[in-house]
Order: sequence, then structure tokens, then C-alpha cells
Amino acid sequence: MNAKVDNATDTVTIEVDGVEIQARKGAMLIEATDNADIHVPRFCYHRKLSIAANCRMCLVDVEKAPKPLPACATPVADGMKVRTRSERALKAQKGVMEFLLINHPLDCPICDQGGECELQDLAMGYGRGVSRFSERKRVVRDENLGPLIATEMTRCIHCTRCVRFLDEVAGQPELGGMGRGEHMTISTYVERGVSSEMSGNIIDLCPVGALTSKPFRFSARAWEMLSHPAVSPHDCTGSNLQIHHLNGRVKRVVPREQEEINECWIADRDRFSYQGLYSGDRLTAPMVKRDGEWHEVDWETALGEAAECLRNTVREHGPDALGALISPSATVEEMYLLGRLVRGLGSRNIDARIRTGDFSDQIARPPFPASGLPLADIDRLDTVLVFGGNPRNDHPIINHRLRKATLNGARIHFVDPCSHDINYPVAGQYPTHPDDMVALLAAVAESLLEGDDAGFPDGLRELIGETPAGGLAGKLAAALAESDNPAILLGPMVEAHPRGAVLRSIAQIIARKARARVAILTDGANTAGAWLAGAVPHREAGGGAVDRPGLDARAMMEQPLRAYLLHALEPEQDCWDAAAARAALEQADSVVVMTTFLGEGMQRYADVLLPVGGFGETSGSFVSVEGRWQSFPGVAPPQGQGRPAWKVLRVLGNLLEVDGFDYHASDEITDEVRGLCGELQVQTEQPWQVPEYLRTQGQGLVRAGTAGIYAGDPLVRRAEALQATPLAREPDVIIGPGLARELELQDGSVAEVRQGDVAARAVVGIREGVAEGVVWMPSGSAAAAGLGPLIGPVTLTRA
Amino acid sequence: MSTETRPENLLSAEVRREIDHWLAKFPSSGRRSAVIPALHAVQDANDGYLTEDLMDAVADYIDMPRTAVYEVATFYTMFDLKPVGRHKVNICTNIACWLMGSDDIVSHCERRLGIGLGETTPDNRITLKIEEECLAACTGGPMMVVDGHYHTHLTPEKVDEILDKLE
Repeated sequence: MNAKVDNATDTVTIEVDGVEIQARKGAMLIEATDNADIHVPRFCYHRKLSIAANCRMCLVDVEKAPKPLPACATPVADGMKVRTRSERALKAQKGVMEFLLINHPLDCPICDQGGECELQDLAMGYGRGVSRFSERKRVVRDENLGPLIATEMTRCIHCTRCVRFLDEVAGQPELGGMGRGEHMTISTYVERGVSSEMSGNIIDLCPVGALTSKPFRFSARAWEMLSHPAVSPHDCTGSNLQIHHLNGRVKRVVPREQEEINECWIADRDRFSYQGLYSGDRLTAPMVKRDGEWHEVDWETALGEAAECLRNTVREHGPDALGALISPSATVEEMYLLGRLVRGLGSRNIDARIRTGDFSDQIARPPFPASGLPLADIDRLDTVLVFGGNPRNDHPIINHRLRKATLNGARIHFVDPCSHDINYPVAGQYPTHPDDMVALLAAVAESLLEGDDAGFPDGLRELIGETPAGGLAGKLAAALAESDNPAILLGPMVEAHPRGAVLRSIAQIIARKARARVAILTDGANTAGAWLAGAVPHREAGGGAVDRPGLDARAMMEQPLRAYLLHALEPEQDCWDAAAARAALEQADSVVVMTTFLGEGMQRYADVLLPVGGFGETSGSFVSVEGRWQSFPGVAPPQGQGRPAWKVLRVLGNLLEVDGFDYHASDEITDEVRGLCGELQVQTEQPWQVPEYLRTQGQGLVRAGTAGIYAGDPLVRRAEALQATPLAREPDVIIGPGLARELELQDGSVAEVRQGDVAARAVVGIREGVAEGVVWMPSGSAAAAGLGPLIGPVTLTRA
Repeated sequence: MSTETRPENLLSAEVRREIDHWLAKFPSSGRRSAVIPALHAVQDANDGYLTEDLMDAVADYIDMPRTAVYEVATFYTMFDLKPVGRHKVNICTNIACWLMGSDDIVSHCERRLGIGLGETTPDNRITLKIEEECLAACTGGPMMVVDGHYHTHLTPEKVDEILDKLE
């Protein structure tokens, strides 16, 4: 190969097994051979982790080197000649394998990893047929790493991938190599388990059966399961998953590599939430309530009654007396059909924005809410303002990328009502009362606009006049202004904020002035899809504005309607104002619920319950926060008589004689919606709207909190193993030590939380870093069910 | 971090001075280099052994992951993680001493003290450290280290003499 490549200075030419290949200068041999599809056996090497070179399995024969060298730790050099299958290489590899097997049990048939074990595979390829080792093998005591990860540490070969992952990627070094020599074990030493929100990835990384999935354990063999793609149903990043299923049951969920989204990792929430599918309270048959009693009925009866309920409401009270709420994690197809059904009946009330506090800018916003910042670009940001969110809780994959950015030197500032346990060094966390969030952001804008009178949008200066920019605002403004590659992430707290519109609006001004990109991190897996499919009251399918918008999710609950149609949510847990939702549903004449689970609340307020498929049980599509359309098949039939929701909606459409509900497959619906959307691009700009005031002057304490990490939707709330993790067992309410003293509350004590007429008993935790006057209380917990707004007045008293 | 495990509440001023002395020897990016002398200082001030809280305090004080401190403390036999006697006796059993008869020295000590390796005499006087590897005095094997002092060319009589002198 004499032809010179353009970037010759950046590459070197090496010869591997007689074939010349180009390799990146400074790359390790194994990277070059991997890129050239030449397989070198390995255990400890992983391209996303640091190099440990401790398993020695990748020994190869390098010309002129006195002995075989580890391919993972040998940098390429121009003209290097490498043989991976020479006698010397094979002998070295065989020798290493023999040593690795000295202490490893040879009982693959009883090991959960059997059939998908790297050690088993490589032992077949590189090992001897018979072990020459007849002495005693060592035995290692198993440690309880928590409800997600099962251990069999005798099988561990000390590759340290788990140790390096938790340290380098998860940012929570909880495992280490304790002891030394023959006594070395991989352990936490303190036996408090592993609690990272990304911990499940060590199951995939473990090349042997030492770390396996506890919920999946011994329930199927790798070779008998089928594997199909799926997309995360929990957050807007759209993490790519693969479902392994057997005989119509989802057995486990693993990552599907997608470098631009989740790389090769997934959050524990995406990995273990499938367990919720098999919780005890699945709705397995259609049910109708007659004289206060629930009866199982056939589909025809149930659908007939559902149609009758809706038709009667429209006939007696007019179409606007009907409202529909759909989970922001429902599929595009479900949203589209529900939207058309509701509009076909003449109603305009449909919404998926169940946790949104402020809708006043909905008309002005782009066709769908999205991030102007591709996820992969987060790694390269140098200054980030995370406003109103805890990415570690809300979007673990985004948090992982933010962490990568900090490892490259990025400085990340957090503004939220309370500070969070962030797993990387932060530039600052600034606990800010929700009432002060607007004024703070406005002050940041003012600082940036100083000396630029023309840049001030209408009315902003007059408003700011009352609230001088403080030191913090100046500091944040300077940080953004001085940055070459800044971004503002607006989290779920902005979505839930009663003045979210002003926050979004000001963020745009800051972004323009500081040349920052804005990422609006949306709720659920498919809020963007809801806007595109017409599951919002102000947009029709395709993203176009409607003439007369219907009621938004909040209004539908605050101005009670006569009938409701719900899909895939539990309003008493999931709605912005759960108390209002419960009251509205309980007063309604009829409530039709399409649901996977038989929730407690719906048994009280619903009239017809229609069982529909959950995660993995329906085909469909999600639109991620990047505007990425991702479709997936249904891999398991819904339990009992359950049906995919799009089919239920299709039949309802037919029964109610709405035109054009004759679909045979869900991809016909997908194509139809995509056709309506055309080539819509991600937009984040929105015009400035003059706010009436900046600072709300509240009295007393304010509750603030968005959905807990394992509490954001009905599926994850039922995932048993996740619910047993320390992250799910945080106190219901977090307050600062000052407030705790004032109220005479101790850490772990029980308090009465009251919002309006509703009160609940909640366990109190006391932490530093909660803004004054704030009671931090995430939604989705048993204690928070049925309470008032996510952000709103609250009283707290000793119980 | 709860108040009890804050470094300033667990590490005495003297110990912190000692750790600071070592920290000053390394660039600020290499603070964790001070972990071994820091653990020594803490161990010496705590009757010769380390506790979880103390290791956590060291980790927090020199700003390194707690797990990494546990790794160091469990790796080196010079750190003890359980209460020990007033004197630590380390008999080298590595190859050179072994060839020179360290096995006999070990059994003699065990008999004499009535305890096995890794155990402490009931009067809390002496701990026989478990499986001590090469202590870098091969020319004088068999040898042992008692409270940091080297004793070479051991014979049972010589061992008795040394052990008897320990209070």
C-alpha cells in the first residue's frame, strides 16, 4: 500500500496477520484489530473503560518483542508486525486461559451466565480440553450488592471492569479490589451494596457469571430467548433497548448500542422496569362498574359501554364536556388515534402534558418541544446551566453525558429548589425557592444584556427594575458569557413551574445573548410525539395550530368535566395537581380508563376499564427529545384479554363512527402521522412574551418536587426490584435543618403534609441544601398520591 | 456525610498535622499519594488498627474515593482492620526465610504464645500477623519485624528473648 492517505500524520500502518491496516496514532493494538475485524480474545479490555491490562488474555506476538505483548496496552507503531494466531501467540493465550480457569468453577450448566459467557466462549476457543489443575480451588463469599445484582464471586476473574465502570462511568466508585494475591476479592468492603442509578451495566460488563441480574436470574437461558428492539419508555432520551423474551414473557432488558444516545449503557430504570409488567395488579379482562360493583365482561360489552358513556356525554352535555388525558409515555400511534377520536366526537380537550404547570406559551412554542442540543454534543459542552432539574434522577443518560463533559473540564451550575447528590464535581448548586426562580433567571438575562439597550426585549427592564441582579445572577451570566460552548438545560421543574412560560422565554433571551443552546427536557418518553400526533389541545396532528384550543391537562382537572377518557396513567399519582385530578374524576358522570394496571384510584372513579398492553406488549413509536422517531415491535402479547391500545382505540373509533379508523397495522398509523409532520426540524426558539410580573410573593411554605427516579409512571412504580433500591427508599419529604428545628421534626420522623384539603403522612428527611421555605416532595410516592400541585403551598406539622 | 464521620471530628489535630505534612510533599493533583502515610498516622493513633469510620475520614480528608482507601488498607499487611494487641509480630515466611526455617520459627511462636497466626494473645499483649511476605531482609533470614524493628538470624531462643521483653 504505497498510496498516501491525507491524514497520514494521524495514522500509522501496521501489519496484522499478514494484512496491512491503518491505525490511529496512539491507539492500542486491540483498537486497531477490532476496527479491522480481527478478533483478539480479551476479558478486562472494554473500549469505554480505562486500560487495566490485568487479564493478559489478549497477548499477541509482536515482531522483535522478546515476549508476547498485551494488545490492549501496546500502542501501535508504524511498521509494527503483529501475529495474533502464531504459535507463540496461541501458546500464550492458552497459558493465560489455563491460569484463569485454575480458580474458576467448571460448572457452567448451573451458572446463570452459561451460554452467554465470555469465559466459556474463549475457553472453548483457547483452552485445553481437560484441566490439569487438581488442587483445591478458592471459594469467595458472596456479597449482597442490593436488589438488582446477584453475585457469585467465586466465579470472578478479577478483570475489574465493574470496578472501572462504577468509578469512571457511573461516577460512584462503590466496588474495589480488596485484599491482594489469592485473597483479592471484588467487593464494596463496607457491604452497603451498589446504589448507582446505572449499576445494572456491570451485569453486561461482567465477562463471567460473577455479576448477574437478580430479577432475571435462572429464569431462562440465553439461547432460548428471542431478542427484539425496544425504546426506553421512561424518559425523553429514547435510549435504545433490546428485549429478551421467551414464550410471550419479557425476561429481561439490555442495552442496544447507539453511540449517539445511550452509547452501550442504559439506566437501571430502563433495565429493570419490565418487572412491573408482572406485578400482581395487572388488569387482565375488561371490566364495567354496575351499581358500584365491578364485573368482568367481554370486550364487546366493555367497548359498547365505553362508547355509550362517551356518546351520552357528548349528546347530553356537548362535546366540550369530554376530556382525554394520555400518558406522555404513550406511543405516537396511541396519541394520534386518541386525538382523532376525541376530535371526531367534537371535543377539543386532549392532553399528554400531565405534569405541566404553565401552558400560557403553548401557541408561541415551536411545533414540538425538543432539545436544540443533540445528546452526543453534551459531552463537549464547557459550561452548562441546569435549571430546574436533577438529571441524575430525571434523565440518567443525559447526566452521564454531563459527567463526561465535566471530565473534559466543563463547569456545570445547578439551580433547583434543593441541591442534589451529583456524581461529579459541580461548579455550583444554588438552591432557589420556586418563587425566586423567575427573578433569578431574569437577573441573569439582565446581567448579560448590560450595555445592550437594544437587546432588552419589551418590558423586561421595567420588570427587573424591582429585582436587582444579585451576585449569583452575575456569576451565572459571566460563566455563560465567557464560555465557548454553553448550554442551558431546562428540566422537569421548569415544566412543572406555574410560571414555566416566563422561564422558557427568558432562557431564550439568555441563549441568544450568550450563544448558548437550549435543551428543553420533556416529560415521559414521548412528549414530542404528543405534540406531533395531536395529543395536545392546541395542535393538530402534524404540529399545526388549531383555531380554538381546548382545555389543557391542568384546566381539565381544575374545571371538572362530565366525562374523561384516560390512557396509561394514574392521575392521582401522575398529574400536576393530583388532588384536583382525583376530585374531578370522582365527580365525573363517566370515566373510561385504558390501562395496563388495575390502580387503586381508578377502581373508585372509573366506570369502564379496558386492559391494554404495556411496555413490550405493543408496537409503536416514540419521538425523543432530539426529534428522533424510533419505532419498535410488540414482542409479547398483553396479559389475559389485554389488547394493544391502538387496536382498542381503533375499535372505539369504529363504534363511535369516527371516519378513517380502518387500520390493519400500527405502522399504517405511523406512516400517516409522519406524512402529516413532513420534515419538521427541531426548533427551540420561541418569541418573547411580556410577563406581567417576575416575583410571586407566596406566603408560608411551598412544596416543590418532580417525579421520583423510580416513580414517574405506572410501570416503574410496580417494578419490585427497583422499588427495593436505596434510591426508591428516599424519605417522602426533604427539608432543611432550619425548618426541621422550627417544626421540631427529626430525620426519619413522620409528619403531616397538607396541601389544601388533602393531607398525608410522610417520612421526613433532613438535608442541607434545601432552599428556605421549600418542602421538597417528589411525586409518585405513596405519600404524595392525591396531594396538591407539584409546586404549591403546603403545610407541614408533626404527626 | 453525617457529623460523626467528618474528618475533623475523627482525626485529631496531631494526626491532621501529620497528614498535612505528607500532603505538602505532593502536588495538589496527587493528594492520594499521601494515603499510606496518612493511614499509618491514623492507625498509630488508634491502638494500631483502622476502622471503617477512620478510613472514611482519611478518604474525605485527602479527597479520594472511600473505596480506594479500603483497597489500599486491605492490600497492605501493615494495616490492621481489626483490634490488635499492643505489639505486632510479623514473621517473614517468604521464600528466602522459608528456606532458612521460618516455618519452625512460626510454630515456635504459636506454641509459645498459645495462639495461631492472625490471632492476639488473650492478655492483648501480642498479635501474630498472618502470612507476612518478604520484609526485605533476606540476608538475615529467618527474620521478623516487631513493632517496626527488624530482628534477623532468628533461633527459637532468640525469639523467646525478644518476645519476653514485650510488655
